[in-house]
Amino acid sequence: MSGTYLGMPAFPEAARAAVRDRTLRGNLRHATHTIRAKRAKAVTEVSDWAELREAGRRIKDHTLRHLDRYLVRVEEAVTAAGGTVHWAADADEANRIVTALVEETGESEVVKVKSMATQEIGLNEALEAAGIRAYETDLAELIVQLGKDRPSHILVPAIHRNRGEIRDIFRAEMSEWGRPAPEGLTDTPAELAEAARLHLREKFLRAKVGVSGANFVVAETGTLVVVESEGNGRMCLTLPETLISVVGIEKIVPTWRDLEVFLQTLPRSSTAERMNPYTSMWTGTTDEDGPRTFHLVLLDNGRTDTLADEVGRQALRCIRCSACLNVCPVYERAGGHAYGSVYPGPIGAILSPQLRGTGSDIDASLPYASSLCGACYEVCPVAIDIPEVLVHLRERVVQGGPATRRGNKVLLKPAKGHAAERAAMRAAQWAFAHPGVLRTGQRLASRTRRFHPRTLPGPGRAWTGSRDLPAVPAEPFRDWWQRTRGGEDGTK
Amino acid sequence: MRVALFLTCVNDTLYPDTGRAVVRLLTRLGVDVDFPAAQTCCGQAHYNTGYRHEAEPLARHFAEVFREYEAIVTPSGSCGAMVRELYPRMGERARAEGRGGALAATVAPVVPKTYELTEFLVDVLGVTDVGAYYPHTVTYHPTCHGLRSLGLGDRPLKLLRAVKGLELVELPGAEECCGFGGTFAVKNADVSAAMGTDKVRNAESTGAEVLCAADNSCLMHIGGTMSRLRVGMRPVHIAEILANTEEGAAV
Repeated sequence: MSGTYLGMPAFPEAARAAVRDRTLRGNLRHATHTIRAKRAKAVTEVSDWAELREAGRRIKDHTLRHLDRYLVRVEEAVTAAGGTVHWAADADEANRIVTALVEETGESEVVKVKSMATQEIGLNEALEAAGIRAYETDLAELIVQLGKDRPSHILVPAIHRNRGEIRDIFRAEMSEWGRPAPEGLTDTPAELAEAARLHLREKFLRAKVGVSGANFVVAETGTLVVVESEGNGRMCLTLPETLISVVGIEKIVPTWRDLEVFLQTLPRSSTAERMNPYTSMWTGTTDEDGPRTFHLVLLDNGRTDTLADEVGRQALRCIRCSACLNVCPVYERAGGHAYGSVYPGPIGAILSPQLRGTGSDIDASLPYASSLCGACYEVCPVAIDIPEVLVHLRERVVQGGPATRRGNKVLLKPAKGHAAERAAMRAAQWAFAHPGVLRTGQRLASRTRRFHPRTLPGPGRAWTGSRDLPAVPAEPFRDWWQRTRGGEDGTK
Repeated sequence: MRVALFLTCVNDTLYPDTGRAVVRLLTRLGVDVDFPAAQTCCGQAHYNTGYRHEAEPLARHFAEVFREYEAIVTPSGSCGAMVRELYPRMGERARAEGRGGALAATVAPVVPKTYELTEFLVDVLGVTDVGAYYPHTVTYHPTCHGLRSLGLGDRPLKLLRAVKGLELVELPGAEECCGFGGTFAVKNADVSAAMGTDKVRNAESTGAEVLCAADNSCLMHIGGTMSRLRVGMRPVHIAEILANTEEGAAV
């Protein structure tokens, strides 16, 4: 399997294969149901959860509204603390900046803290092209990297793998990347964890350059924050001489007090922990402690375009907790790879088509990768109305309309392949605007009901492939009503 | 009280029994029911598929047809949610796009008067025992829009628990979507079918004779799946259970 998402098929095709993979469905079902139940319990422990959720929503909206001001504040504070700030408009620019920074150190390998931003821009592949090897140190990311696989979940990238598969990957691949797996490795969690620990420790102690993302950036002091469960990230943040952090511009919170809200909602929403085990914070550089050199690369890559969209901008509130993935019935069946992006699940279905645009088949299909059941909105700790944005993006796909691309207002054309649907929707609207037409259609359906086929041709096959059609009744309700005025026997 | 039945286009065309059951039930409870014949469709399928502009004339039509009534009752959680939650939003969007407040003003009067059936029974009429008789084992599926958009809560369960002869059994994974989702069922047929199959298997595990819900669209998908899988259960709309009495013919 390729390490990138280029050329992925549209969601329905990718999901079809996943739905038929019994092992995958079993792994996903087990994992999502377990974490879903734990999250629900962890949230009920907090008496003011609704207020925390509302506070999180407000803080994020306020920050996004004044993002220009807070970004300048971050640059000033980081610079004053001895760091260097770089601005990256897109993935290519960010990759060029990071590659050049690593090359300046003369090193040919880096250790990485788990980071969605660097995955979004394909940093590992870009570094590899420049002859620099990037080692993932998060356990799940390690499994994905060793398995030449793609992540399928924001928080648990190897959620689609079970213990037996992980043992096989460790045995076959670890020696290619460093210390081999111990002889006779079994699939017990303790043995797998120890194998990873031994493998990774060599990397931590040798690496001169660390690369990270950040969960939050506190504007008032220019402090970056990473929250994690394993402590591997902290090793990368403290041991190397040079630290390069690539952070999306939406990660800012204005003050330390704002951080308090998210340090409660993020761990409970994501891993059902009351507090995440490791919270690492770093502000510029400090003499004789931690990295000597610190670079912050602030990444746009479609974020200001998203911010320009009044309905869609709420996606930028996301704190990457993945509660929406774990509760989503579509994600549970389709798996993360079907979304063709490092951001899968409901949030991916609204974030990717905004960051990348709706031009490709996969991006045009993502807004439809939902039954609009609303469970994602219900669990979101920053109250992103994902169904609302999905429907908004569906409109953009089928109707086109105004959008912002690289800072310019553009008028998008409708995506290809929706002409027949558009015609059918308009015909239905016309019929519904004329009750007489509706009645004629109903009567026709009733009178011909003996001849209705059990399976349908064309697009209707998608329904009758797995479900039987209901029988059309002899008389539509409105005819019965007209005949009886609501009286059961027609005498009223 | 002059109450209008907003039956929905799906029920009108495919499930007239549900409509007759609502009329029978409300009439028994002393409500004067009217069926404005000019009603058609709320526009939910248009809106949710991305045809918001095509849904707007349907919203205006709905508001004009139902404006005069004291209450509008619908046996569909999702169509009820369309009116209550999405009509105001459509009005706001039209205003935000510089098209003025006409749509918002047109739909405003009908929004607070629109009730899903079980909501109307419990909140407006103040009844939970509607005098029904239904000697069957029943499991209840709370549909997504009823559950999350309208917040029906345990109203349908209260009504079912008061039905004489009815044994209510809990549905495992009740709050999970059945996989219908309107055009989702066709656009992502494989995922939709997988979700529907899981819903049916959960229902089957209860041993109930009947799976009940307050929305025939979801029941069409679940029932169609049951039929294909040859599961010996019937999908029945809650209105048909609540309308059934000892005097009437047992369904």
